Amino acid sequence: MVGMETLHYAFDGGRALPPFAPALVGVVASGNLEVLVEPASGTGCRIDVDTSARGFGPIWEAVLRDFHARHGLGGLVVSIHDMGATPAVVSLRLDQAISAIGGATP
Amino acid sequence: MDWPTLAARLFGDAHAIVADGDFLGGTATFDGAEIAVVGTTNHAAVGVELALRQARAILATIEAHPGRPLLLLVDTQGQKLRRRDELLGIHRAMAHLGCCLDLARREGHPVVGLVYDQALSGGFITSGLMADACHALPEAEIRVMRVPAMARVTKLPEELLESLSLTNPVFAPGVANYVAMGGVRSLWEHDLAAGLRAALADRDTADRRAEEGARRGGRRVAADVMRRVLEA
Amino acid sequence: MNASFAELSARERLAAVVDAGSFHEWLPPSERVTSPHLAQLGVPAAFDDGVAIGRAALDGRTILVAAQEGEFMGGGVGEVHGAKLVGLLRRALRDRPDAVVLLAESGGVRLHEANAGLIAVSEVMRALLDVRAAGIPTVVLIGGANGCFGGMGIVARCADTVVMSDIARHAMSGPEVIESAHGAGEFDSRDRALVWRTTGGKHRWLTGDCDVLVEDDPDAFRAAAIAAMARHRPLTLAALQQESALLQRRADVDGDNADAFELWSRLGVADARSVPDLDAAAVRALRPATGGA
Repeated sequence: MVGMETLHYAFDGGRALPPFAPALVGVVASGNLEVLVEPASGTGCRIDVDTSARGFGPIWEAVLRDFHARHGLGGLVVSIHDMGATPAVVSLRLDQAISAIGGATP
Repeated sequence: MDWPTLAARLFGDAHAIVADGDFLGGTATFDGAEIAVVGTTNHAAVGVELALRQARAILATIEAHPGRPLLLLVDTQGQKLRRRDELLGIHRAMAHLGCCLDLARREGHPVVGLVYDQALSGGFITSGLMADACHALPEAEIRVMRVPAMARVTKLPEELLESLSLTNPVFAPGVANYVAMGGVRSLWEHDLAAGLRAALADRDTADRRAEEGARRGGRRVAADVMRRVLEA
Repeated sequence: MNASFAELSARERLAAVVDAGSFHEWLPPSERVTSPHLAQLGVPAAFDDGVAIGRAALDGRTILVAAQEGEFMGGGVGEVHGAKLVGLLRRALRDRPDAVVLLAESGGVRLHEANAGLIAVSEVMRALLDVRAAGIPTVVLIGGANGCFGGMGIVARCADTVVMSDIARHAMSGPEVIESAHGAGEFDSRDRALVWRTTGGKHRWLTGDCDVLVEDDPDAFRAAAIAAMARHRPLTLAALQQESALLQRRADVDGDNADAFELWSRLGVADARSVPDLDAAAVRALRPATGGA
């Protein structure tokens, strides 16, 4: 089946990090993903996902919910290009991205 | 169109172009002046030897005939797919051929490319696409790779690639498409001599293919990206 | 650093080669200059379309630099990717850096963008030759696992200096394509030893097709890039005539042979069969005095 799937998530009540420059981790390749983290106004955390692996909405929701619970950050937007990465790899890249912008990795 | 017919349409009797295997070479008289002709025929698979042969012919022209126009006649199925050619560095032989064409241009030789039958991939990159401008006959075919091989490499379904080849400029092999994308400057129809005459008169040697692609609508993004890098 | 250059991402390699923290990126990922052609094929875009470009310092001098990500679309050149490289090269003509350094890892034309990719590769080649003709040293570093093939294989050899690691490959057609066309008897793509002695860094070094051979080490690539900044070889008529003669002579010496061991022996390499087991330093010492011709 040809076509990308786009998913959007937004989480409230995060703490802001000190100002940071956009950071990119990961690579778009089979079983992998790239994650771009950029500053945004407000206290929310917005996550936009473009994925070639369709039909995994509930799993993305669970993984991203965990991510937000783990870091509790606000004032950022996370943009993802995914090519079928497993939840473990997705979580790893998200943690790497937060580490890259100066947030601690738990 | 086969090359003898092409030569007759362009030059009548006034040419001394010969084929030696897949190699085409010689001279012609056009509008009272001598031009050099170098190229390939028989849908040539360009290996190390054929790349070097063309390179030698170009260098000989540069050395013996300063400023003489060079007409590249392109009919190739692309690079030769043999282990021996890879062993011997076909990428280097092709780079060398491209560098010879580039030198001819820099030395002031008008270099005109014409795809008169097929042009694929590496065989095209180091011939027509290195000219000041590349032109084509309307019935010529230009492509990167045939669909079955493309499907194998990309893992995309053949049916999808076939249907895109019919409708999508990025995949369609028609030369009109390459004109729209800026890769080919013009098609020579009916009066081929007029096409050559116009090509030889066009002395703009800058690479404006991205701008042409944007202007003609077939390749809309490249020129803008280049400009953005210059302005960044 | 003892990390493997091949195992780093393009951005990590770029950071390791240039002076620490000196890379200033143009059209960075946050600007989202992505391919307009991939979505229709159900393929995700990359924020940088697989190539990072910009300005950096190398040993204190200014360079323009690009690094291709071989894991994204095999490093294939599409419309945007190619335009970023052309923009960088045209900017070099205007800004006159001390060198242009390209970390190349590519299968050539990005097939998913077919015609646009083909024209793009040609534009990169023309632009690179313009930089070379302007007297600015051009350096290509080839050290990725995917190698440098196709149209990019041609483009890379248009540079003044090609640096390869012993595990890298630089060629035109990959072994699978050749096997697909003419069978495993012609080129068994699963025979890794055969593949590497036909297209790998050691072979290219011994035959003179690459200019510098290094270990699979970011520090080695950095040192080689610094040295190459001083190396410029004008493409004059005499230089090209010499190149023609060299390549023809080698083809003549080789005859109908298609095996690297045989070719190395004919070129004067001592104990050709031992080469695959030697490290880069040992292979460096074996290059025939004639420069591999």
